[in-house]
Amino acid sequence: MRSSRERQSKEGPPLGLRLGAAAGLAFLHLPLAFIILYAFSNEDRSFEFPPPGYTLRWFGVAWNRPDIWAALGLSIRVALVSTALAIVLGTLAAAALARATFFGREAISLLFVLPIALPGIVTGIALRSAFNLADISFSFWTIVLGHATFCIVVVYNNAIARFRRLSPSMIEASMDLGADGFQTVRYILLPAISTALLAGGMLAFALSFDEVIVTTFTAGQQQTLPIWMLSELIRPHQRPVTNVVAVAVIALTALPILAAYYWTREGAPIAGAER
Amino acid sequence: MIEAALSAPPSDSPLRRVSDVLVRRRGLLLALLLTPPLLWLGIIYLGALFALLAQSVFSIDEFSGTVVYQPTLKTYAELFSPANLDIIIRTIAVSTVVTLLAVIVAFPIAYYAARYARGRMKALFYVAVMMPLWSSYLVKVYAWKLLLAKEGAVGWFMQAAGLSGALDAWLSTPIVGGPSLSVSYTGMVLVFLYLWTPFMVLPVQAALERVPVTLIQASGDLGAKPSQTFCHVILPLAAPGVVAGSIFTFSLTLGDYIVPQIVGPSSLILGQVVYTQQGTAGNIPLAAAFSVAPVIIMGVFLTIAKRTGAFDAL
Repeated sequence: MRSSRERQSKEGPPLGLRLGAAAGLAFLHLPLAFIILYAFSNEDRSFEFPPPGYTLRWFGVAWNRPDIWAALGLSIRVALVSTALAIVLGTLAAAALARATFFGREAISLLFVLPIALPGIVTGIALRSAFNLADISFSFWTIVLGHATFCIVVVYNNAIARFRRLSPSMIEASMDLGADGFQTVRYILLPAISTALLAGGMLAFALSFDEVIVTTFTAGQQQTLPIWMLSELIRPHQRPVTNVVAVAVIALTALPILAAYYWTREGAPIAGAER
Repeated sequence: MIEAALSAPPSDSPLRRVSDVLVRRRGLLLALLLTPPLLWLGIIYLGALFALLAQSVFSIDEFSGTVVYQPTLKTYAELFSPANLDIIIRTIAVSTVVTLLAVIVAFPIAYYAARYARGRMKALFYVAVMMPLWSSYLVKVYAWKLLLAKEGAVGWFMQAAGLSGALDAWLSTPIVGGPSLSVSYTGMVLVFLYLWTPFMVLPVQAALERVPVTLIQASGDLGAKPSQTFCHVILPLAAPGVVAGSIFTFSLTLGDYIVPQIVGPSSLILGQVVYTQQGTAGNIPLAAAFSVAPVIIMGVFLTIAKRTGAFDAL
C-alpha cells in the first residue's frame, strides 16, 4: 500500500491531462466572465469586442425599470412557494424510500426522478395540455405546480443521501430512551437532516428561479425573470440593460449554490452519521 | 417485575398512541409518508403526461384547424413524413455529437479530479463544476450570443491569433458551417456543449473514483502502455458513468427549444417544432405526437443505460 502511494505521488498527473483539465475548466468558466465585462460596456447597439469604453450608467437604468422588478418579484415568490412544497414532499418521499424495501419501490423512485430525466419540453407541454383539458386558466399557481414538480427530485436526492448516512441506531436509541416517534423526529431526525434540507432547498430555489422551458408553457401572459430575459434575447430592446440583469442573476444564483455546497460538503459535521 | 415494567405504558397521551401505532406498523407509516408526494406526482405529473398522450391520438381538421376528438393514428403517421423524419434524425444527430464532445471535454476534468486532486484541490474542482452547472441557463446562453456574434469575442480572438482564415474555411464547410458562427450548427453545438458538459463531469468522476489505483498499476506492471491501460482498463470501468452522463446530455439536447432559437441555423430541431406546433400553429395533437418521440428515444436510451449499470453511477 505504502509503495503504491509513493509511486502515485512521484508520477503526478501527465502534462496532457493537466492541459486537458485546465482547458475544460476554462471552457466552463470564461463565457460568464465576458457577460460581466459587457455589463460595463458603453456600446449599446452591438456586441463589439473589446468594448470601446466602460460605464456604470446601465446599472442605474436597470435599477429604475419597474418591469424588471415585477418579473424579479414574481420569480422569487414562485421559487419560495415551489421550494417550500418541494421540501415537504421531497423529504416525505426520501424518508419513506431511504431504507425500506417493498414491491414497487424501484418504480416509485423512477417516478420521482422522471421530471428531470424527461426533456423539460415534455413536462411543459404535458402540463399545458392538462390545464387546457381541465379548463384551468394560467395563474401564479399554474407556474408553481410545474416548478414544484421538478424541484421535488432535488430535495429528494439530497435528503435520501443524508438519510442513508444517518445511523439507524440513533433512532433506536432515542426510542429506547423513551421518546415517542414524534419526539424522535423532532429532536433526532430533523436536526440530523436539516443541513441536507437546507441545501436541497437552496438548489430547488435556484432551479425554480432560473427555470424557463417549463415556465413558458405554464405562465400564460405572466413574466418571470427568465421569461423577461428570453424575450430580450429573442427581440432585444436594450442590450445593456439585459447585460446588467444577467450579471445580477449570476450573483443571485451563485450564493445559494455556494451555500448548498457548504452545507453538504464532505466532512461537514453531521449528528449521527455512520463513520 | 420486568413484565410489569414492560406492560405498563409510559404515558397515555393520544399523540403517543398514534406514534406507537406508526412505529409498530411500518407499512402504515410508509403509506402515510408516501401518499402526499405520490398524489402530487401521480395526479399532476403523470396525469399531465397521460393527457398529452391522449391528445396525440387525436388529429386536426385540415380545413377548420380544430381538433377532431376521434382516436386515429393519422397524427403519428405524420411524424414519418420526410420533412418531420428529417427533423427527428437531425435532432438525434445533434444530440449525439453534443454527447460525444461532452465526453471528450469532461473526461480530463473528471479524471484529474478523481485521481490527482486531493483535499482542497478536490473541493475546488467540485465547486468549479457545480457552479456552471447550476448557474442560470439563460445567462449562459446569452453569454454565447455575445461571444459568437460577428463582432464578438470569438471572432476577435481568432483574428488576433491570425486564425480568421481557418475560421472562414470552417464556416464555408457544408453542414457544420454557415454565414457566421452564431447561425451555424457549430455555434449551436458549442452552446449545448457548454451547457451540458458539467452534467457529464459529475457521473464520470463518480465512476472513476471507484476504479482502484492498484488496477491501473497492475496494468502498467504487466507491460501495457498508458494508452492501452486507458482503452482496456480505465475506459470500460468508466463506461457506466459516461452512460449516466449521456442520459442528461442527450435528454437535455433533445428537449431544448431555446438554444436553437437564439443560436444556430434556421432549420428546426425537435423542441422548436413541438413549441411552434402547440403555439402558433395550434396543432396540439401533432405537438403531442412529436413530444412522444423524445420520450420513446429516452425510453430506449434508459433501457440500454440500465443494462450497463449506469443508474448506480448517477
